[in-house]
Amino acid sequence: MHAMDSHAGWFLENVWIIPLVAAVSFLAILFVGKRLPERATAGIGILAVAICLVLSGGVAVQWIDRTNHPPEVGHATTGAGHGGTEEAPADEEGGHAPGALSAGESAAAPVVGAAEGEAHESVPPVVKELTWFQIGGIEFKAGTLTDGLTAMMLVVVSTISLLVHVYSREYLHGDVRFTHYYAFLSLFTASMLFYVVSSNTLQMLVGWELVGLCSFALIGHWWEDKSNSDAALKAFLTNRVGDTGLIVGVVVTFFAAGATSFGVLHLNEYALSPEANQTLLLVGGLCLFAGVTSKSGQFPLHTWLPDAMAGPTPVSALIHAATMVVAGVYLIARLYAVFFEGLNIQFNSINYIALIGAITVVGGAALAFVQHDLKKVLAYSTISQLGYMVMGLGVGAWTAGVFHLFTHAFFKAGLFLGAGSVSHAAHHTFDMRKMGGLRKHMPSTYRTFLICTAALMGIFPLAGFWSKDEVLAGAQQGQQQGYTLMLVMGVIGALLTAAYMTRAIYYTFFGEYRGEGHPHESPKIMTIPLWVLAFGGLTFGLLNLPKAFQIDGVIEYTTRFEHYVEPTFLFPEVEHPEFSLPLALVSTALALLGIALAYQYYWLERSPLKGLSARQPFTAGYTLLANKYYLDTLYTDIVVGTTKGPIARASYWVNQHVIDAVVDAAGAISVAVGRVVYRDIDQKVVDGLVNGSGAGAEESGEVLRHIQTGKVQQYGAILFAGAAVLAAVFVIAV
Amino acid sequence: MLVNQFLFLGAILFCIGVYGVLARRNGVLVLMSIELILNSVNINLVAFGTMWHATDASNLSGQVFALFVIAIAAAEVGVGLAIVLMLYRNRRSIDIDDVDLMRG
Repeated sequence: MHAMDSHAGWFLENVWIIPLVAAVSFLAILFVGKRLPERATAGIGILAVAICLVLSGGVAVQWIDRTNHPPEVGHATTGAGHGGTEEAPADEEGGHAPGALSAGESAAAPVVGAAEGEAHESVPPVVKELTWFQIGGIEFKAGTLTDGLTAMMLVVVSTISLLVHVYSREYLHGDVRFTHYYAFLSLFTASMLFYVVSSNTLQMLVGWELVGLCSFALIGHWWEDKSNSDAALKAFLTNRVGDTGLIVGVVVTFFAAGATSFGVLHLNEYALSPEANQTLLLVGGLCLFAGVTSKSGQFPLHTWLPDAMAGPTPVSALIHAATMVVAGVYLIARLYAVFFEGLNIQFNSINYIALIGAITVVGGAALAFVQHDLKKVLAYSTISQLGYMVMGLGVGAWTAGVFHLFTHAFFKAGLFLGAGSVSHAAHHTFDMRKMGGLRKHMPSTYRTFLICTAALMGIFPLAGFWSKDEVLAGAQQGQQQGYTLMLVMGVIGALLTAAYMTRAIYYTFFGEYRGEGHPHESPKIMTIPLWVLAFGGLTFGLLNLPKAFQIDGVIEYTTRFEHYVEPTFLFPEVEHPEFSLPLALVSTALALLGIALAYQYYWLERSPLKGLSARQPFTAGYTLLANKYYLDTLYTDIVVGTTKGPIARASYWVNQHVIDAVVDAAGAISVAVGRVVYRDIDQKVVDGLVNGSGAGAEESGEVLRHIQTGKVQQYGAILFAGAAVLAAVFVIAV
Repeated sequence: MLVNQFLFLGAILFCIGVYGVLARRNGVLVLMSIELILNSVNINLVAFGTMWHATDASNLSGQVFALFVIAIAAAEVGVGLAIVLMLYRNRRSIDIDDVDLMRG
């Protein structure tokens, strides 16, 4: 057993095992799954993810322990230096980072929260790396970086993945590609876990692309239907647009930070150092944000996410609600120093990330009103909620954004799985016009759906209330000044969220059943995951109670999430928003107003808003929404259309008239030149030389053949004569 | 010590050998003449070895060199006699003037 950092436990040191377990499960299912019964295939996947969950739990527990008893800086240095087993030189990063802390304490000042009274000691993350490859004397590392954010993501991903694995056992029962489905589910889990434990941006890029691939494969799971494979392609291609930016961003940040390491800690350290080039950070940050825009469904590259609902519903819950789409949010959170310094979040009242987030909040929520497909309502809701997360990070409220990611993962996965359960009952349709009245038929699904919806709307005291309110408080208070525009849009988003979810609930669970057959409650294997997620949506907000709620003797632990998850090491100094009672009341009141308006509109059908969409000034709005802001039209008809149409014709003309002329001229000139060369140079000069050398060889051979008599003694005589001459020359000359 | 007489002897042997190699037609005699050339060299080696190391009787490098030459010469003559033997089998003659297949 090698010497370890005595404070970093086994789980923190060996997080690499977690993605490996899922990857092994992928290979096992891929190679032997076909020959096994469904139960065994699903069993492999469920077992592997359960192991991942246990290990992730171990990581979380040990991280909490490490935060409670932070290693002393000097000790951490020696510990990390010893930490390497076979990767002794590779531990440089780990040994280097705490060293940089002691050196850069005055410059970077990674101690956060000291201003708030609670002693937030700097807890260095656990880094384990070995050399991946070497180019030009630079060693590129691959490894794991474990801190609170990683631990939180590990737990979220494994939990949701486990529930989805269990749920899919029934949902995908009897599917043609059951094995394929489980294999990709495992691969996705492995890739996502790999992504969150990555210690450098290059590795994150690999994980990022892998989850994209799994998303593509799973959206197109039922590819026999053309629209499904189209949706998969659309998701893939839209993501490529952003990924280009991501790659450029990775390269820009790499070169900005001295072109020595892709390490996350290295980049953050550089961004926080006084010699950082703010322009480069801004460019790098915006390029990285292009990747976030596509992966996390931000305006205007969100269009793939609703179409991605073509995949099986558990996949939508896992990939397109809880985990993969938050990869972008995670990227911002991971490289927060780059964004914080690059976009100057501290001193601004508006910046690109916060603005895009805010637009996404309102834009996504508005689009959810005109959908008839339950899953698409949820998809636009996801877009809108992702907007909240990005907005939270954009205004400097790191914890709020990440906390919203955490709570949203549970209640939104619950909503998606609930929608799947509904569809399972209502003959595999997601069209809300063919549902209705399911409240009586599916009590479990109804109750969990209601709880998760309330959490999403931000009803006190469910999870969404706390996290959304924290984002809004962050926007209100900002860093040096408030982000007022974002606050207003965020509050409007809260109102819209409540209203469209009321509409969805009304269509799905109330009124009379409008579909075919007799709906029935789903089996326990599907409802148990629903209850688990509903429990999360109900209570997980309490993990980060604001400080104002601290009552001695009753509620001792507030801001636990912030305390354990927020990095304190190489992290910008962020101000934490205070809980604001008026803001909480306003946002709750608006949510209730949204519910009331929707209730009046849909239940009582005597709303002052009745016929709104038919009235003249508003039809245009409705049409705009129904056509999804014409973004798809913009992309397919204008961007792709012009590329195919006029641009294609123009390029054909250029091809025919310019390029062909050039080619023809070049051809004619080469022919003329070729003739001259043939006649004068080739025939006369080259052939002359060749023939001359041949003739010369022949003539000299004719002379010299007389010497070669075949008589050995003659040769010997010549040899001795030559030797005698040389000896004579030697004697005379020396 | 004078080496002149040894060098004279070596030179004479060498000249006889060269004459034999260049002038005799019998293949076996040509080989024997080659041996004479080699032995003239051996004489020189031993003579010079003795001259340079007259004070150091234990240094026998010249003599040892001569022994190597003899060993190599034995091998060489083995190969040469084999060639002559094959020549006789194929041509019923060991006159090397007859062997001029390589004439240009």
